[in-house]
Amino acid sequence: MTLATTVRSAPRLSRAAPPLSPALASATARRVLAQLRHDPRTVVMMLAVPSVLMILLRYVLDNPVALNRFAPAYIGVFPFVIMFIVTAITTQRERARGTLERLMAMPLGKLDLLAGYALAFGLVACLQVTVVLVISLTWLGVTLPGSAVPLGVVAVLDAVLGMALGLFASAFARSEFQAVQFMPAFVLPQALLCGLIVPRDHMTTVLSWLSDILPLTYAVDAMQRISDGASWTAAETADVAVIAAFTVAALVGGALTLRRSTR
Amino acid sequence: MTSDDAVVQARGLVVRRTGHVILDGLTFTIPRGRVTGLLGPSGCGKTTLMRALVGVQEISEGEATLLGLPAGHPRLRARVGYATQDPAVYTDLTLIENLRYFGTVLGLRGPGLSAAVTATIASLDLVGLEKRLVSTFSGGQLARVGLAVALLGAPDLLVLDEPTVGLDPVLRRDLWAMFHRLAASGAALLVSSHVMDEAARCDYLLFMRDGRFLAQAPPVEILRRTGADSLEDAFLRLAAPAASEVSHGGQP
Repeated sequence: MTLATTVRSAPRLSRAAPPLSPALASATARRVLAQLRHDPRTVVMMLAVPSVLMILLRYVLDNPVALNRFAPAYIGVFPFVIMFIVTAITTQRERARGTLERLMAMPLGKLDLLAGYALAFGLVACLQVTVVLVISLTWLGVTLPGSAVPLGVVAVLDAVLGMALGLFASAFARSEFQAVQFMPAFVLPQALLCGLIVPRDHMTTVLSWLSDILPLTYAVDAMQRISDGASWTAAETADVAVIAAFTVAALVGGALTLRRSTR
Repeated sequence: MTSDDAVVQARGLVVRRTGHVILDGLTFTIPRGRVTGLLGPSGCGKTTLMRALVGVQEISEGEATLLGLPAGHPRLRARVGYATQDPAVYTDLTLIENLRYFGTVLGLRGPGLSAAVTATIASLDLVGLEKRLVSTFSGGQLARVGLAVALLGAPDLLVLDEPTVGLDPVLRRDLWAMFHRLAASGAALLVSSHVMDEAARCDYLLFMRDGRFLAQAPPVEILRRTGADSLEDAFLRLAAPAASEVSHGGQP
């Protein structure tokens, strides 16, 4: 009778939960981080891959002037790409394993779940960006006109944007195989059009329109502006506002695609 | 049975998916304090019925009320425990991490959470496995982790989808004993199975085939009414009263 007698007296939620519960969001974030902790290889890859790519970039360019021009943009792009793919796969896995359905049958708000993911992966993004910034500014000899803090903050925002888009995109994947392919399908066109490979003012009208509506464009623009001048300008504020708006829109879109019941 | 005892009341329940009728007008009651068995062959609609009751499957027609609220009502989410056929737990977390997370989601905190987790681990005979990753568990242990999550919040209604399939006989006997203990303490249980020898362990049976009920009665009553000497035989007679038994050799 242990279970029947001991557990039955436990307290329970008696009224409808508020849209966002800090306790449930942080419990979800801790759960996601615990899953990562049990998978050290993934953690090492998430933290090391952007830095390894930067080191590669430094030797591929092999030119301090060119490196200074391109490095800041890539410090924003690499974490964006990695967070996109990691989040898309993680949430797709949660759907496929049935844990999402279980949670949706429990008193967990959709925003609790999304905020939990955002908190956990936001923290990972901070670590990821710190590592790549420190390596770039010391070992690789990248120089900035001013403090590294604005660059770091915007790079973290870029990573969180990648995470939010990955969450949203995963809703359209029926399998992990499809989710993996969203990386080239969603991310590579943005990388081609964001002004990193060809400057935006060299693009045809149609391509520059396309470029204007893609979020990575603003991420790269902000990083380039920060590395160009020592002071923070209105253009940087506008870029950050657009990045934040895309992030919120993707998270809201993600919440809308989480359905409690199937038709 | 009085309506006070009814934890679930369904009337004319219909579920259609992509034009197919999965549940075809089910009317039934699930009382408190008893183990109700949902028996029928694979694909007959057992899982869909359970999903409709816990609110993850939309109901096309008719109605189902649980504890006086419509199925899927937010206030039911902490009071109904649901274990899916494939244990929906995080295999990349330890047992205790799984239970503490789901317990928190169910609204348990602090000492109440720890007590519920400890009691659930003990009652499912999972003691000693707390700090092991669930991915290293055997099939039987994994199935019990799924059950443990369903039991955590001390729900008033437990909906268990094939909870004993593939488990060894000793474990099955122990689990059925636990189901009856939970029922005795006042919970309502709906347990599905496609194995007819489990039917005799239930207090009340819902025999299901092709989205309809063939019978709703206690096991003894079903045996008496059909004149069969086993519940499997009774199911076959109910499924096709006019046909010879030989033609049903393939039915589970």
